[in-house]
Amino acid sequence: MFALLSYFRPDTATAAGTLLAPVRWRPLEILFWLVAASLLWLAPSKVLLLNEIAILALFVLSLDLILGYAGIVSLGHGAFLGVGAYAAGLLGKHGFTDPVMGLLIAGAAAGLLGFVTSFLVLRGTDLTKLMVTLGVALILRELANKFGNITGGADGLTGVVMGPVLGLFEFDIFGKTAYGYSLTVLFILFYVARRLVNSPYGLMLRAIKGNSLRTGAMGVPTNHRLVTIYTIAAVYAGIAGALLAQTSQFVSLDVLDFHRSADALLILVLGGSGQLWGAVIGSIAFKIMYDYLAAITPQYWQFWLGLVLVLIVLFGKGGILGFVNSSREWLAHRLGKGAAK
Amino acid sequence: MTPVLETQTLCKAFGGLIATNDVSFKLPAGARHALIGPNGAGKTTFVNLLTGVLQPTSGRVLLKGEDITGLPSYQRVKRGLARTFQINQLFADLTPLQHIVLAISQREGAATGWWRPVGSRSDIVDEAEALLRQLNLVDVRDQRTETIAYGKQRLLEIAVALAAKPAVLLLDEPAAGVPETERHQILDVIEALPADVTLLLIEHDMQLVFRFAKTISVLVNGGLFVEGPAAEIARDPRVKKVYLGEELVDV
Repeated sequence: MFALLSYFRPDTATAAGTLLAPVRWRPLEILFWLVAASLLWLAPSKVLLLNEIAILALFVLSLDLILGYAGIVSLGHGAFLGVGAYAAGLLGKHGFTDPVMGLLIAGAAAGLLGFVTSFLVLRGTDLTKLMVTLGVALILRELANKFGNITGGADGLTGVVMGPVLGLFEFDIFGKTAYGYSLTVLFILFYVARRLVNSPYGLMLRAIKGNSLRTGAMGVPTNHRLVTIYTIAAVYAGIAGALLAQTSQFVSLDVLDFHRSADALLILVLGGSGQLWGAVIGSIAFKIMYDYLAAITPQYWQFWLGLVLVLIVLFGKGGILGFVNSSREWLAHRLGKGAAK
Repeated sequence: MTPVLETQTLCKAFGGLIATNDVSFKLPAGARHALIGPNGAGKTTFVNLLTGVLQPTSGRVLLKGEDITGLPSYQRVKRGLARTFQINQLFADLTPLQHIVLAISQREGAATGWWRPVGSRSDIVDEAEALLRQLNLVDVRDQRTETIAYGKQRLLEIAVALAAKPAVLLLDEPAAGVPETERHQILDVIEALPADVTLLLIEHDMQLVFRFAKTISVLVNGGLFVEGPAAEIARDPRVKKVYLGEELVDV
């Protein structure tokens, strides 16, 4: 009982205690990763779907870094997914078959694009940002289409060859290696993102999102901070794209399609933005909804998705995670009362 | 001795409107100075020129003898010029503790650390706690800022500026909008500010001005109208005329 209480109500007596409270790994978080890993053996028939979820979660996580934490709106985040996917695909096609090297190079390529375009994106209002990000993504898609001799154009990029991961794990047709690989990358990058958002740099991003006039008056070069996070998020999205290309050994123009960027935004709102876990939970919910609803009503599943989205935006502030958090607070309140008696 | 903050023939025109007209102004170290003037006198423009929100049409701004005219706001803060805002500019979602820790981290060059968590540097946390205690904010330390009382938010506004350990602190109507019952808290805090911090008070409220300011500059139509010790300014018939309708408190 005592352990349960301390879980719901962390030590907030000291200043350092309250600051450090969000850093502690909660049992549920550890449980999540254990379950996710064990599905490799428990649900071998679902690993292809699970692989897609892991990649999607990484992509949405990257959007959460800029939107949820730094408040940068984007309708073209798919641009970085696409650049990462094509970079990794082209490397595999031209004989550079080491997956991890491919990930790093694809991440760097997307990061470079993120850095360069950040100077266009970070000026002006939210509307300007939406339009510039959308525009950059549209331009990239058209370039990929135009240079079909390199990218394969509308036919897609085929002939992508992947060596074994770390020289040990061959990709198999069932997707077991693929899921294990994507989940590991997701876990590592999630861990890094978790450190980042709980650091002074991460808290400063939230402050900038809250009031950039004040951060400027605190002596913070606000734009530098935003350029950095935009670049980091682009690297994350590029790596997600690379995973997509490497585990499917195919890249099509679809990776640069507008719906990728729009889905990411939708999933983030669905899961709850600015909490990292929202990206993961949202991706799972989205994929499962898609899977089941599309099986029941293939024509109309988007109707239900739309309905859920409207309800969440109107009534459930903070998405699925927001709902979970408020229920937990309510429960902790009740438990606290019970203990006081 | 060089003044800690100085402007030389500072001008700012918005099209045909001259908002700041040839202001040469000196603030000696440790001063308790007030900048007053009727509505529309150009106080806000002048503050924005000092802090780098606006660029002057001509003239220079010097901080500790160094020309800072072309520097952006955040660079001026780094060099020791901090400010509070007339309307609170705080982070609604963050706690007062987080505000102060961020401000101190920024000053210490620790705000770009991206691996170790906030709160892991005990020297920063201790300093933040001391500052919260000094400004009577301990009781709201861990509450979301948008939920705390307005008077406390005004105190936090001052605390964030103080965390930068500024040489010069610009207080822009520090008690504006604070209910009468919470007002004394703000006044006490300003009164207790360390003597080595140079204070420039931009104020409307004459009671506050004559309580703290030893010297006063009166700004009218963008130009310096008259300057001098507070007692002289209070007696000056020209100033009374400018403030037509606004009553001056006897000192």
